[in-house]
Amino acid sequence: MSRLLEISDLRVEFATRNGPVEALKGVSLSVGVGETLGIVGESGSGKSVTAFCVMRLLDRAGRIAGGHIRFRGEDITRAGRRVLAPLRGAAMSMIFQNPRAALNPIRPVGLQIADVLRAHESISAREARERAVALLEAVRIRDPVARLAAYPHELSGGMCQRVMIAMAIACEPSLLIADEPTTGLDVTTQKTVMDLLAETTARRGMAMLLITHDLGLAAQYCGRIAVMEQGRVVEEAPPARLFGTPGHAYTRRLVAASPRRDSTVASLVGAPEPQPMPLRPRQPLLEVRELGKRFGTAAAVDGVSFHLDAGESLGLVGESGSGKSTISRLVCRLLDPSEGSIRFDGEEIGAIPAGRFHRSPYRRAIQLVFQDHGESLNPRFSAFDSIADPLRRLLGLRDGAGLRARVEEAAERVGLPGDLLGRFPHQLSGGQKARVGIARAIAAGPRLLVLDEPTAALDVSVQAVVLHLLDRLRRESGLAYLFVSHDLNVVRMMCERTIVLQTGKLVEEGRSEVLFAAPRASYTAELLAAIPHFAPEEGDARARAAVAG
Amino acid sequence: MSATLRHVGWVLRGNPVTLLAGCGCGLMVLAALLGPWIAPYDPVASNVPLALQPPSAAHWFGTDQLGRDVFSRVLVAARLDLAIAASAVSLSFLIGATVGSFCGYAGGRLDAWVGRFVDVLMAFPLFVLAMAMVAALGNRVENIIYATAIINLPFYIRFSRAEVNIRRNLGWVEAARASGNSHVEVVLRFLLPNVLPAMAVQISLNLGWAILNAAGLSFLGLGVRPPTPEWGIMVAEGARFITTGKWWLVACPGAALMFAVLCFNLLGDGLRDILDPRMRT
Repeated sequence: MSRLLEISDLRVEFATRNGPVEALKGVSLSVGVGETLGIVGESGSGKSVTAFCVMRLLDRAGRIAGGHIRFRGEDITRAGRRVLAPLRGAAMSMIFQNPRAALNPIRPVGLQIADVLRAHESISAREARERAVALLEAVRIRDPVARLAAYPHELSGGMCQRVMIAMAIACEPSLLIADEPTTGLDVTTQKTVMDLLAETTARRGMAMLLITHDLGLAAQYCGRIAVMEQGRVVEEAPPARLFGTPGHAYTRRLVAASPRRDSTVASLVGAPEPQPMPLRPRQPLLEVRELGKRFGTAAAVDGVSFHLDAGESLGLVGESGSGKSTISRLVCRLLDPSEGSIRFDGEEIGAIPAGRFHRSPYRRAIQLVFQDHGESLNPRFSAFDSIADPLRRLLGLRDGAGLRARVEEAAERVGLPGDLLGRFPHQLSGGQKARVGIARAIAAGPRLLVLDEPTAALDVSVQAVVLHLLDRLRRESGLAYLFVSHDLNVVRMMCERTIVLQTGKLVEEGRSEVLFAAPRASYTAELLAAIPHFAPEEGDARARAAVAG
Repeated sequence: MSATLRHVGWVLRGNPVTLLAGCGCGLMVLAALLGPWIAPYDPVASNVPLALQPPSAAHWFGTDQLGRDVFSRVLVAARLDLAIAASAVSLSFLIGATVGSFCGYAGGRLDAWVGRFVDVLMAFPLFVLAMAMVAALGNRVENIIYATAIINLPFYIRFSRAEVNIRRNLGWVEAARASGNSHVEVVLRFLLPNVLPAMAVQISLNLGWAILNAAGLSFLGLGVRPPTPEWGIMVAEGARFITTGKWWLVACPGAALMFAVLCFNLLGDGLRDILDPRMRT
């Protein structure tokens, strides 16, 4: 097979105030005609930088310090605009991570597709319009003529990504670079978008460079996978071999840390399985009845009832718009319910207005861990101040040795080194920020911890460590967890019972192992089927089916 | 502390204009503090035989129609002009940032009402509004301050409202509430400090503008009255002699005005870089 794209010994430097930093340290990769190559790795591994280098979209601080990029045999490493302009969009195109941000918000999508066509071919406006309709049809957008006039904000995230794909394939490029194309989309949407991508590239004989942090996704859709770590390719192999018998230590760690159907929290980090928790007498802690929340006329949560015992962990799963985050805010009493009751420890707390709940004695009993740890820490507070805030406010502790001891104790319980306490959020890594967020939540000694997608923004290896930490905390302290997540594998590992939500309504409830093994509701089964997973034989079968279809 | 200094040093090395502007502002503050003591002559003592002398070694900026030393007057005037500007800007900052932050955080009816009030205020030509206020309230320095503060208010309200609005749904705001902070505490302890770096730019630009505004009012005969040394009045008085070639009467206080406005405007950008904690590594 002739090589369509060849990257050899590519080195990239970024100029920072502390001198140049090497982002790529000699990366060599190649993609054949019609081949799908996956690049997996964690944040900072240089996988996106590689893609941006190929498109020559590096920002100004970045500089190609060495190596070569050859496209169709031609060296484009230092090519000027005149060489690159006809290539970009026409011979190679790119799909970006956040489709809504990558589309121009003030231009109808039909015109944006036409723009791409007319940048490379001299065709009339009418012809461009007809081609745009055909492209929207090709990416399976229903009623494409009507959608031409739609603005990005009028389309769902999945639809926007399909429009991006339509733009990317408009000029029949021979190489498609997809940089985390489904991050931020629901699992069922992710599946339709990825199936569409696989089918389109297969039918048109296009090569694809799929960049992702999700090993399951790469395994399912790529013929060959390269694993990157800190600016280097550490291993490259077909998925079956890579995941069956990973050669490099980093790949082994990555494979182990990715949740599978049969993983446990301990197996993710390679720790010994903990003792099963002793049976405890049932002691009801939280009782939610017929809970409802309306925003305007739309019901975000509609008649949801569940209960939670002391020390129990309950999973709340659902896709975006299912009302799971709203429920977590209602239970935390940051939002007022429109109807229904929330009883905590036998006391009705749903009737206390959210604006006055900070004075309630139950405030310290119910705490929250947030999704995006970068956004959940005050940029002007050091880690110490972030953890100390609930202690000052809820326990009335004054500055001094007592406060310092409590903060240090909380930091120690979450495994945060004491010398990091003086740092500000931007000086901490993602995992460290997650630890600060958890320490803040447990500092005041809560009895119920609501975890709103606590690991959604983390790399798999960090996620594994944080999940293990959370599991250990619960076992040690008898905390009850309400664990909100879109990731069903994570919920299965973390929770004893699970609730499935769809558009604000409860669809199914049951013990996790039963619910995941034999879902009763068809929606649950659909969610489970959409999770990309490792089993390589199945992945191949699916790719073949997509090609055939 | 040394980390802060290193950071300031780094910002200034990358942006020498900020350093120059900072030095200029420092000079003006020195002049404002020490003016009456370091001025070579009494700024209000007239000496008619020496009237309308051009700049010389004895009188750097020349003398005016009553023989007063223009350099001494320009120097001493710095205190009054900076004081008016600083108090007007701090007044409108304190009120505007607080009101705007609460509006941005609360939204709803309060936000709508304050928003319309701000719109109405901005619909007036602001300088004319200030003139009318000083004329109605009385020709006094404190009324210039109030008038300048009120016409600057809308900018601070809008600015802080928008800045708070984009932050009010972030995780750390919800976390603050879960940590037991009331709505008022969330605004005052969490949101306002985070809006400050962006506001610093506005404050700095606004200081220059407020100086110009105060000088403009006294140029028109409102507020400060002669013989008090003040840049606006000096320009107004000197304007009578410009046709007879006595340029230094207008040019020297005018240049002082320009210098002040320029320094504060240039300082703005650098201030934002210095105050934003995320800029530090």
